[in-house]
This record gives sequence, C-alpha cells and structure tokens, in this order.
Amino acid sequence: MSAPDYPGLDTLALHAGSQPDPATGARATPIYQSTSFCFPDSDYAASLFNMERAGHVYSRLSNPTNAVLEERIAALEDGVGAIATASGQAALSLAILTLMGSGSHIVASAALYGGSHNLLAYTLPRLGIDTTFVDARDPAAFAAAIRDNTRLVFAETLGNPGLDVLNIPAVAEVAHNAGLPLMIDSTFTTPYLIKPFEHGADIIMHSATKFLSGHGIVIGGLLVDGGRFDWDASGKFPTLTEPYSGFHNLVFSEEFGPAAFIQRARKEGLRDFGACMSPTTAFHILQGIETLGIRMARHVANTREVVEFLGNQEMVTRVGYPELEGHPDQALAGTLLPRGCGAVFSFDLAGGREAGIAFVDGLNLFSHLANVGDAKSLVIHPASTTHHRMDAEALAAGGIGEGSIRLSIGLEDAADLVADLKQGLRAAARSMKTRADAR
Amino acid sequence: MKVDLNGDSVYCYTNSKDIDPERPSVVFIHGSGMDHTVWTLASRHFARHGNNVIGVDLPGHGRSTGSPLASVEDMASWLVSLMDQLAIGEAALVGHSLGSLIALDCAARFPERVRALAMVGTTAPMPVSDAILDAAKANEHSAFDMLTQWGFSKRHQFGGNRNSGIWMVGNTLRLYERSADGVLFHDMAACNNYQVGLENAARVTCPVLMLLGNEDRLTPVRGTRQLVAAFDSPTIEILDGAGHTIMMEAPNAMLDALHRVL
Repeated sequence: MSAPDYPGLDTLALHAGSQPDPATGARATPIYQSTSFCFPDSDYAASLFNMERAGHVYSRLSNPTNAVLEERIAALEDGVGAIATASGQAALSLAILTLMGSGSHIVASAALYGGSHNLLAYTLPRLGIDTTFVDARDPAAFAAAIRDNTRLVFAETLGNPGLDVLNIPAVAEVAHNAGLPLMIDSTFTTPYLIKPFEHGADIIMHSATKFLSGHGIVIGGLLVDGGRFDWDASGKFPTLTEPYSGFHNLVFSEEFGPAAFIQRARKEGLRDFGACMSPTTAFHILQGIETLGIRMARHVANTREVVEFLGNQEMVTRVGYPELEGHPDQALAGTLLPRGCGAVFSFDLAGGREAGIAFVDGLNLFSHLANVGDAKSLVIHPASTTHHRMDAEALAAGGIGEGSIRLSIGLEDAADLVADLKQGLRAAARSMKTRADAR
Repeated sequence: MKVDLNGDSVYCYTNSKDIDPERPSVVFIHGSGMDHTVWTLASRHFARHGNNVIGVDLPGHGRSTGSPLASVEDMASWLVSLMDQLAIGEAALVGHSLGSLIALDCAARFPERVRALAMVGTTAPMPVSDAILDAAKANEHSAFDMLTQWGFSKRHQFGGNRNSGIWMVGNTLRLYERSADGVLFHDMAACNNYQVGLENAARVTCPVLMLLGNEDRLTPVRGTRQLVAAFDSPTIEILDGAGHTIMMEAPNAMLDALHRVL
C-alpha cells in the first residue's frame, strides 16, 4: 500500500483553502468586506488577541476571504503558510523587515524587476539595509558577496529583462552553506511552471497582480513560507529565535516551529506596517487562480508561437526566450522549467529607438502599457518609456537595446497576435525606409 | 524551558513562565513524529487561565535530545520522572494519538499524579498498518505522506483552516520531515505494541475525556467502542468534520471540550 496521491495543482487551484461558507452554504468564497469581527464574549476576545483560538479580529491582521487565498497559494507552492499583501512590493518589504534590521545586508540578483531594485538600491539603505547585486547566472558571485551581516539571498526565477533562468538549487546551496534563506520572486512563473521550494528555496513572493490574478484588474502580493529553513540552527535571526517583547516574549521558532517566519510576519509586520490586502482584491485573485493551469498553458503555447514567428523575421535581430537555441540558459530551462519559460520576453528590432516606437505605435491588438501577466497581450518599448532617460550606453549596461521590445503574451488566438505583430513590423520597416530616404 | 533528565536535555514549552507550585498543571503530550508546537494554541489558552502548562518534547523529538523510547510504558514512566524533576505532584494530562496512550498509561499506573485525562484522536488498542510501519522503518517519505493524508478529514485535505494563512497539510508534513531517522518508526511501533490499553483504562479513576473526529481515518470512531466501554463514565466528544489531527482541524472546539474536564 502506498500513500494516496496529493491533490493535483489544478484541483488545489480550485479548492485549496475553501469550504462551502458555513453561514450560508455559498460555494464561491464570499467577500467578507468587514473591518472587524464580533466576539461572543470577553474571554473569547482575549483568547483571539492572545493567539489561543483560531479566528479573526481586524482585517489588517486577517480576514476570512484573504485566509482562503493565503491557504490556496501556500498549498499550490507546497509551503506551510502565506500572507496576502497590498502589492508584490509590500510582500517583499514584509519579508525583509521580518528578517532583519539596520546594519543588515542582502545579496540579490542584478536581474531584478525595477521596483524591487528601487527598494533594495535606494530606499532600504536609508534604513541601514544594504544590498550587493550580483550576476544572476553566477552562483559563485552570490557566494562571494555574502558578508557576516548578510541575512537574505534574493532573486527571481526569470530575471529582468533577459529572462536569466536562476539556478535555484545552486544558489540555494550557496545560501544554506552560509546559514541564510533564499527568497525567490516567482511572479513570472507561478507554481504552474515551477515550485521553487522543491528546488531549495525557503521563501517565495509573488506579485499576484500578474499571472495569478491574470486579468489586469487588481494589485496584490503574496508571501509564502516554505517551512524548511532552520532559523535556530542558523543563529542569525533573533526576530524568530529570541523573545519578542512586542508579544509577551513570544519566541516564534519555539511556538510555531515550521511556520515561525510567516507567523512573525503577520504578528509584527502586517500588524505594524499594515500593507494588507483588501478582501475584494483577494476574491478577484482567487477567481484568477481557479483557472491558473489552463491559462498558463495557453500563455506558454501562444508565446511559443509568437517566439517562433519573430525568430524568422529579418527585422528581428534577437529573441530572448530561454527555450531557444543560443539562449545561455537553454539547458537549465529544460531542467527547471519543462512546462515553459513564461509569457514575458523581449526581442530586438533592427533600426533602434525610432523603429521601436514605430513598431509599438503600429500595433492594434497588443495594449501599450506598463504591466505584464494580463489575459490580454501587452507591449512596451523600454527605451521610449520605462527607461527613456537612458542613452544607448546606459541601456546596454542594463541588457536593453534601443530597439528592444518587451511583450507579455496573452490568451488571444495566436494567429491574431502574429498578424498584429506583422503589422507592427511593417510600420517599423516603413519608419526605417523613411529615415533612409530622408538621408 | 529545558531540564536535564537521565542525562538528556528535555524541552518543555511553558509559555515562558516558571512552574508555580500553587497553580494547577496541564501537561500536553504530542503524537508520533510530532513535537510540542501542535499544542501551541491550547497551551497559551490554559496558561492564561491560571495553569502551569508543560508542552513536552518526548526524547528525540523537537528540541529534546536523546533517543526515542521504545514503549508507551517507558514513555509514561519518563513523563512521571519529568514531573518529579519539575516538582509537579499532580497534573491533568492531554495527549494526542501516541501521546494519549502515554497519558492513559500514566493515569492507570500513577493515579495519584493524574487529576484528569484527555485523550485526543485516540483508541486502544491502536494498531498501525504494515504499510506505515514498513515505510517508517525504512525512513521513507511515504510514511509522512500516509500519515499526513490520512491524518486529516477528507474536507480538510483542502484546508479551510480558521487559523489564518496556515496550510495545515503542509505544516504537518514539515513537522514530520523535521523528525530524525527512526523516530517515527519507534513511535508507531510503540502505538502498535501497546496491548494493555483496555485493562489500564479500567483502572483509571480520574475524569476522562475522549475527543474524537468523526472523519478520523487513523483512529476511527467505530474502533473506540472497547475503550469507551473500558472507562468508567468517560466524557465522549465527537467533532463533526474533524479527522485525526484535531488540534489543527478543530482548535476552538477542542479548547471548549478540554474545558469540561480540565
């Protein structure tokens, strides 16, 4: 006899964390749009405040709708628990401020989302937390950057903008050898494409704004605790292993064992910094997650068709998708991301900045905006928008060309997407010809 | 707190308080492959209600050093030695699964030391399937998987935890994974080999609570009839929708039930 199989990802995406509503029998998870919850009596109230009973007090700390979402993502990632936050940035901040204080140091991949880079490079140093950025493709560089005061190693499953595939097992080994946890931003991949805890990561964050919610309608973040990191053995995390005077000298690793990190994050960080998620937002993200598996499969299938098309176009000088031959991480992607490398990638147009602008303006179906992970296909030309202040040299240092285009491939018919891209390429070609004629 | 006993260090969760000889004591005993953290909510509750709480880590479990003990009887004797060490004359014992057998054995053999007995997710005898024993003996992860999946009711396989944000299936699995090689097998074998539960139950004189889950697949309610009959007037609470891992599946109902005998 062997153990029965655990429920699969698609089943968990629909059911994990939810039960028919005990009050009404509602099958969908209700939106508990209430700031606070009544206490049956004073002793019950005291027991909730003192963490003796399970239940809800105030929606900054916990909420029944959010709780379903938190359990669901923890189940999908095979973690022990999770917290829903106001945004992905809030999830990252919550994790960092739970683990460390002034005088601490982080080693992070240099290939990070711009918002994360801003937090680490410019904001946290004001609080006495410094970061060293290293090549995402070089685990030895992570090791070399670790100092005595380092408290976290942080990277993304797929780096920005080059889709560097993080060698999670190798970087996790580096982190663990130094007694440090590895935190992964898995926004681009979701648990459908990779479960970072299975490869050695200790903490996961998501911008649920992207593929998890999947429809471009809400801002939200999720922080997930894998429950395997031994905080006591590390000895570097007094917030988790020493008495907390802010909660009657509670020692989180003693009282909550595998869930020490996520409990401290809730009892302190969510309580004090307050970057909680709205229950209505949690409801929308739950609706998105219900179809995560079929959406991600379609995102990837469409992306592969678009990538193949672009790879055969004369005007396209480079397509940066890890499944392609010539991408430096092709082999690693095959190992870690067999279901696909997501639906966000960039490619380079001949003709530079002007061609890029003409291409974007020539598109009709793709929406020109600064987001990824929508059901609708999206496009942005970094040199004229997000990175418009940079000259060609500065762009190149960030791995971005003047003609680089970033696409987030949605769920439309692939043939329609290809037709739209053809239109954009024609517009870019006309722009180049006009410039050539003018010369 | 940590105390030395028989050359080993024993961890006891006490809610960061010293043992007060003027207060009643409640000792919480975890089940196979687990540790004191399964009792965190209940321990905090009874500490606030004026009790000394002692959430033990059995030898070789959690934060206690040493090797796991071979039999339920050995574990019960060890527990009484620990109470001696802590200068606790009498206590209410709350045990889950293996821990409930330890508590039962204490109540029968050391009646002067036990003022109340609460058995959570329990039965006696407590036979363990060969599949679990074999997997545990071989230190295979499938032993953890079997106990985790059969340890929750079917509905709680999908969560629904009222303790916000905690995925109880994952948390339970991580607890098992923390146990050293051989520990789970020792514990499961001790459950399987404990054959004097019924006769010991007949000797118990203190108030008894049996707290059962009506969807328990490891110690099903239907298998508890002999034990219920062996006790003299036990209080039986059957929790709707709960499986074997009652501390996580029904933490509030468990507290309410415990109040009836503690």
